[in-house]
Amino acid sequence: MAYSFPEEVLEYVFAFLSSDKDRNAVSLVCKSWYEIERWCRRRIFIGNCYAVSPQIVIRRFPKVRAVKIKGKPHFADFNLVPEGWGAYLYPWISAMARSYPWLEEIKLKRMVVTDESLELISKSFKNFKVLVLSSCEGFTTDGLASIAANCRNLRELDLRESEVEDLSGHWLSHFPDNFTSLVSLNMSCLGSEVSFSALERLVSRCPNLKTLRLNRAVPVEKLPSLLRRAPQLVEFGTGAYSAEIQTDIFSNLVEAFSGCKHLKSLSGFWDVVPAYLPAMYNVCSRITSLNLSYATVQSPDLVELISQCPNLKCLWVLDYIEDAGLKALSSYCKDLQELRVFPSDPYGAEPNVSLTEQGLVTVSAGCPKLQSVLYFCRQMSNAALIAIARNRPNFIRFRLCIIEPQAPDYLTLEPLDTGFGAIVENCKELRRLSLSGLLTDRVFEYIGTHAKKLEMLSIAFAGDSDLGLHHVLSGCESLRKLEIRDCPFGHKALLANAAKLETMRSLWMSSCSVSYGACKLLGQKMPRLNVEVIDERGSPNSRPETCPVEKLYVYRTVAGPRVDKPDFVWTMDEDAALRLS
Amino acid sequence: MRSIMGDYEETELRLGLPGAGGGGNEGETSRNNSGKRGFSETVDLKLNLNSNNSDGNQVEDMKQKNLIQASTDSAKPPSKTQVVGWPPVRSFRKNVLAVQKNATATDDKSGGSSTAFVKVSVDGAPYLRKVDLKMYQSYQQLYDALSKMFSSFTIGNCGSQGLKDFMNESKLIDLLNGSDCVPTYEDKDGDWMLVGDVPWEMFVDACKRLRIMKGSEAIGLAPRTIERCKNRC
Repeated sequence: MAYSFPEEVLEYVFAFLSSDKDRNAVSLVCKSWYEIERWCRRRIFIGNCYAVSPQIVIRRFPKVRAVKIKGKPHFADFNLVPEGWGAYLYPWISAMARSYPWLEEIKLKRMVVTDESLELISKSFKNFKVLVLSSCEGFTTDGLASIAANCRNLRELDLRESEVEDLSGHWLSHFPDNFTSLVSLNMSCLGSEVSFSALERLVSRCPNLKTLRLNRAVPVEKLPSLLRRAPQLVEFGTGAYSAEIQTDIFSNLVEAFSGCKHLKSLSGFWDVVPAYLPAMYNVCSRITSLNLSYATVQSPDLVELISQCPNLKCLWVLDYIEDAGLKALSSYCKDLQELRVFPSDPYGAEPNVSLTEQGLVTVSAGCPKLQSVLYFCRQMSNAALIAIARNRPNFIRFRLCIIEPQAPDYLTLEPLDTGFGAIVENCKELRRLSLSGLLTDRVFEYIGTHAKKLEMLSIAFAGDSDLGLHHVLSGCESLRKLEIRDCPFGHKALLANAAKLETMRSLWMSSCSVSYGACKLLGQKMPRLNVEVIDERGSPNSRPETCPVEKLYVYRTVAGPRVDKPDFVWTMDEDAALRLS
Repeated sequence: MRSIMGDYEETELRLGLPGAGGGGNEGETSRNNSGKRGFSETVDLKLNLNSNNSDGNQVEDMKQKNLIQASTDSAKPPSKTQVVGWPPVRSFRKNVLAVQKNATATDDKSGGSSTAFVKVSVDGAPYLRKVDLKMYQSYQQLYDALSKMFSSFTIGNCGSQGLKDFMNESKLIDLLNGSDCVPTYEDKDGDWMLVGDVPWEMFVDACKRLRIMKGSEAIGLAPRTIERCKNRC
């Protein structure tokens, strides 16, 4: 090219591109654009830590400032991935410590993080600002102490839903006295009590603190003291929200909440005593996000609170809200975009609350902006699903969990194929779908035909045959993640659609009927996939080729087979096939 | 000709609905979609030793489902807790709810637990007794029980008739003015209250101990009751 912009100009233009998709597109235009782009990419997202190696990432993108990495498959959340499977952070940190001295942000999901890694982070990156550990595990509060002590410019420490070995609450006291940069602290998953005076002082000296999510150990009577020191808070999570009812605690709370004119999000509420909920009424009109999923409060008290929140956009709640409460929600909260209803008694044989499909129907009818739903219930009908689909064609995420596996339409005893079919047919923008109830291959036909924007699909106890899986793999053009458990799918659809798997991030199949032989074949056919068999019964070679494997995890990768596999994971590849046959 | 897969059929782990016998060996495949399945149909692992399925087609066999890895072949539906990871609830949510359930049970001593033992003292009796308030559904039953319990002591008119009279408000003033006894209780706040003012359940919740007092001492406790009686009588 005789004429082209100077590099600096291109770099300047590229800086406006924040989406990875755009940057990837740009990098394919020509070699010089590839070069320029890779030197100025500052943020990288690695959706599967085994799809690429730290070395490859660092070689291509030498000047990264922020990384986001995801590890274990989603079903690890439900204990389907055995302990010790992998997703270790340490190799990434040790590589990045050498190559990215200016790294500022690390955001992780479902990775195994050790205290050693945390200490290395705290000492290697002088300008480290953001650490988000979502559903991670493997570290203790000692690791947190290193972060607190050494990261002088830390802005965010967010431990959401991680499993932390709680040795003591002393870690918080490691923030130095001259540390003032904190913007966000989420320690809600920790068990032990931190020094309250250290917490008070920390909150006092950090004027930019916008998010504070306490853990259960902070009692309600201590909240006013913190709220008074941080009236600029936007997001606040309480601790245990119960105490003997005393008028002075209550009035202190009311006053303290009133002082927080910017609060938009509330969470926490463990052990709630309903009498304390009204203390928040003054701030409710500004609240857009409410997480009451730990609040074991009955429907009338929930409704009382929700009725004060006309601007609510996001509600997480237990099924104590019941159909009646959802009806109230649909009339008070017209801005609602996201609703999650969790089961209070998931293992009980009988329903303990009056929450049925009707609640979801009502909300879908009454809340025009509702686009994201997670709903646990015990009965569903095709009629309800069809109504929901017609009411709310703008769903983006629809996750329905009918608690009893393979529960049919409770009115007609038929499968719920037509109901879910209506969902995918009407909701043309649907990106995520979780199925439940009695389902045949027909529902997959509907999904393959209509769910063209679907990116993530979760299937359990559904389908009749490989035809079902074939519909999904051949029809869902945008599919990236497919997770399947306890379905009668074998190898036929998999092998027939092997190329599809290279266009996806990953496929998980557990308790299905994919034979070991088929796995080996898939591994041989597709060298750019890692086809991993997870089987705790010992080597698959000790069983016949036709024997179904326990679990199968297939993902595209440029890093080759894993080198850190535990003894219950086998990679099906050419070498393995030759060695083992 | 038996395929290689066929050789292993007898020992192969198959997925089968109970009662499905050879497992779809009528050549049904996905045509059985509309089949209404009764609620009672259960799913569990069944070792299918039946080699009726001659075509050895795994796809046709594999339209049945497997819920649990347990090697039971009973027809009993598996309880939900046997299925790993189902329903898909994160463990920190499960734990929170379980802990809250326990917390409620231990904190709420009378509401949550199945007994509500309180000490009972009667003025003039040489020793105290204990009663379980949850054994009774009404004040009357409690009074009957207390009368029987303390009938061996000479405590004046504090026999069963005395207590029963107490229930009759028209006699209340006489009782309170006289030397008849009156049941009182100490509530959660440590105050001594006249028995009978509040609904029975609320009383069981609040009562920490009982004391049968002499009438003249009991007068100051519930003046409103006396007023009520005066107004009615």
